[in-house]
Amino acid sequence: MAEHTLRGKVAVVGIGETTYYKHSQSPDPEFVLALKAILAACEDAGINPRDIDSFASYANDRNDPSRLSAALGCKELRLSNMQWGGGGGGGAAAIGNAAAAIVTGQAEIAVVYRALAQGQFQRYGLAQAGGTVSGDNALINPYGIFVPAQRFALKIMRYMHEHGIKQEALRALALASYHHAQSNPRAVMYGRPLTEEAYEASRWIAEPYHLFDCCMENDGAAAVVLVSAERAKDFKNKPAYVLSVAQGSDHRNAARSFNAPDFHSSSFGPVAPHLWEMAKLGPKDVDVLQSYENFTGGVLMSLTEHGFVHPDECNEFLKLENLIAPSGKLPLNTSGGNLAECYMHGLELQIEAVRQLRGTATSQVPNAKVAGVIAGPMVTPVSTMIFGSEETL
Amino acid sequence: MSYLPKGLPEPVTETDKLDQPYWEGTRAGKLKVQRCGACNTWQWGPEWICHNCRSWDMKWVEVEPKGKIWTWTRCWHPVHPALKAAGPYIAVLVELPHAGNIRMLGNLLGDPHQTVTIGAPVTAVFEPHDDAKTPYTLVQWKLA
Repeated sequence: MAEHTLRGKVAVVGIGETTYYKHSQSPDPEFVLALKAILAACEDAGINPRDIDSFASYANDRNDPSRLSAALGCKELRLSNMQWGGGGGGGAAAIGNAAAAIVTGQAEIAVVYRALAQGQFQRYGLAQAGGTVSGDNALINPYGIFVPAQRFALKIMRYMHEHGIKQEALRALALASYHHAQSNPRAVMYGRPLTEEAYEASRWIAEPYHLFDCCMENDGAAAVVLVSAERAKDFKNKPAYVLSVAQGSDHRNAARSFNAPDFHSSSFGPVAPHLWEMAKLGPKDVDVLQSYENFTGGVLMSLTEHGFVHPDECNEFLKLENLIAPSGKLPLNTSGGNLAECYMHGLELQIEAVRQLRGTATSQVPNAKVAGVIAGPMVTPVSTMIFGSEETL
Repeated sequence: MSYLPKGLPEPVTETDKLDQPYWEGTRAGKLKVQRCGACNTWQWGPEWICHNCRSWDMKWVEVEPKGKIWTWTRCWHPVHPALKAAGPYIAVLVELPHAGNIRMLGNLLGDPHQTVTIGAPVTAVFEPHDDAKTPYTLVQWKLA
């Protein structure tokens, strides 16, 4: 049987970001942020924006491809793709969807983008007042459980109980992101280092999450340009090849009222094996990893479910020295990630992986050839991907 | 007297009536969940079809309102305007071993600073909200 794979067939040749702002502080409307990030990615790639023919996004991005294409004067619109559900869990899937369209002849030059202006629209971390709720929310909201921090606290609390995981393991994940942000002038938390003491002294949001276990809420936009591997050679930047993408979630993940059989999970149980199979690689082959921190507990379970660390060895392995570039065993979230660079719904993590392969990261892992990106955990569907340099093809 | 302050969203039956027997049950002090008439699989939250055998014959069965704490969190940050002066409160996800290990969320009544133990047995406390526009009753939990 023919092998069906994306491995090595598509590459990122352009990356673009706006300035990253604290939530509600963008001077630009969200649509302008999206345009600016896409234009920056085109400039980085060296393409005329008129030549973009395809767009893909996720998390119900409000900036629809038809308007973007018209605003940018694109010659034609081909793929207009939205990943269903899962919020930030769709970051890798959106790239996979665009890559699949390129490989199957439905797209040529595709942009994957995400823009957020939480001042212009509603914030993620704050519920709306009053009213009624029905369906699944009727079984949850009247008990004071609204936002992701609370819902996902329930997952990691059980996981920590079953595996004897200590708070220090979560703390190390927060410290790693803040450590890397101190080298990254783009990071919202640049110049604001985090110490163990400050972490411990920070207020609880929802136990076991302290303030610093939770991502920021930000305004900004990010975009990447994808083309086929054949075309990628014609561009000025070193291509970051897509080696693998996998999306989905485990059995009955969306069962209502928190009744997923594997509720205490990042949702990557059956997804990660698909990732490694397509990549023809394993966790030990990954030189640098970006793992979406909505909350540190989600990173922890993402790492275990991808096989980077055994659940019963988290206390030993999850220490700051193991997680930082250039010397750590698993350099993690090397731009500062969602906790300390910017919560651009994880697309900033894809961009950081590309920088690592180009050798232009602010916390560079020497000679990085394989860069993993795990999109938002604990939702459904989730997604995950591996980028590789030309040597890995 | 409710555990959390007034002003949180009020639960109403879904427009398609899927969960109506649950909300009618709690008003009468009964805890009703779904069980498949064909294969006896317990199912919660409600769905139109049995996830195990695809039967449409989902029954609403009264179960003994007790269970065990399966996981929990103590919430400190007021994420809703009505919670601004509430202080911490505890949410528990309770497992019902006598009903196929289905789980349901509620608050753990009592001292919000209490030590919470996973596995601790709890019993349900029906908390009526009679003055709501559409009166409803929540299912809360206390240590058994």
